Amino acid sequence: MDEPTRRDTLECMLWAGTGLLWSVVGGVPRASLIGTAEAATAAAAGFTFAQVSDSHLGFATPLYNDVAGTTAEALRALGSSTQRPSLVLHTGDVTHLSKAAEFDAAQQIFGGSGLEMRYVPGEHDVIDDDGRAFLERFGRGAGPGGWSSFDAGGIHFIGLNNVVNLQAGGLGQIGAAQLAFLEADLRGRSASQPIVVFAHIPLWTIHAPWGWGTEDSEQAMRLLARFGSVTVLNGHIHQIIQKVEGHVAFHTARSTAFPQPAPGSAPSPGPIRNLPADRLRSVLGVTRVSRVEGNRPLAIIDTPLGA
Amino acid sequence: MSLPPMRRRELFAGAALTLAVIPAARAATARIVIDDYAFQPMELRIAAGTAVTWENRDSSPHNVVSSATPRVFRSRTMGTGEGFSFTFAEPGTYRYFCSLHPHMQAVVMVT
Repeated sequence: MDEPTRRDTLECMLWAGTGLLWSVVGGVPRASLIGTAEAATAAAAGFTFAQVSDSHLGFATPLYNDVAGTTAEALRALGSSTQRPSLVLHTGDVTHLSKAAEFDAAQQIFGGSGLEMRYVPGEHDVIDDDGRAFLERFGRGAGPGGWSSFDAGGIHFIGLNNVVNLQAGGLGQIGAAQLAFLEADLRGRSASQPIVVFAHIPLWTIHAPWGWGTEDSEQAMRLLARFGSVTVLNGHIHQIIQKVEGHVAFHTARSTAFPQPAPGSAPSPGPIRNLPADRLRSVLGVTRVSRVEGNRPLAIIDTPLGA
Repeated sequence: MSLPPMRRRELFAGAALTLAVIPAARAATARIVIDDYAFQPMELRIAAGTAVTWENRDSSPHNVVSSATPRVFRSRTMGTGEGFSFTFAEPGTYRYFCSLHPHMQAVVMVT
């Protein structure tokens, strides 16, 4: 296989900006390819929001040598499309090494996008300071623990931080203090209000040997069990994996920086190293969600950006 | 002074003169490489007084955190090419992990 040239790579990166449009139909997300008639219909319904994840600003390898470029491209596409989202959730690993220059770059790209942004930290954002620098810049509405909740478009959004105080051999961790916040936050809330929970590490166990799960996610799920529509959006694993369990739809997003291998398919979860250049467009991207009122059957459909 | 096997081999392979100029109190050293989300070797056996250096060769950042309470050692997070050293003065079994990727676990056995 030939090494991809920089020109090839940049052309592929243009595709990173296009992505999936998500509509919450009957309370469950439904994905369609942006630019299609189906996507336009969903977006016309009203409130839409998007998810970006794992921008890893500061990361560079020969194959993934322009993560700032791919991330900025994704944001530009979101901002300029006819389905411009009302809100963009970043599900963590904004930066690669929590460095000031990386946070600066993030503020330029995300802050400069003109889009309404909300963030939760990934483990790469809380290096050596438990996230203080990250939360100072990106923790709008969050306390020192990094969690927050707010309402938008009739949906109740809850941002959780499951990337600190990780224990040897363990998975992501929500912790007692944050579970207490979640319980108080949900108390008295109408069970018919759609809930979107977003956090970095998946809140369901995808692959424990690689740490792809959250130790105490069951406790959080029990608190959410009485709600008719719960959507859980995560990052961390740089690929789309989803499932529906009862009233809960789980979804992990693509990265805007680099892809990781399918669970257990490689010796380690490190970046895919032998990706053919013409597949880059299929592995980077953004996720879009819109809420549609109605009684459509619950359905979940996922479509990749390219072949 | 007890030396780890690698060091001992180097000494035997060298000339007698080389052996003579190494100060008796010079600390032994050992190295652990971090790559592909793993510590290599995962189990290191050394003599007390050995200075261990971890070197991160992975594209992902990692750190080295003692699993004991209280922690015996904790490095800052190392980017690609960065390292950390710790000298094990006392015999014992020292388990550690990467607190960013807690499935990465390893052990240093000091005798």
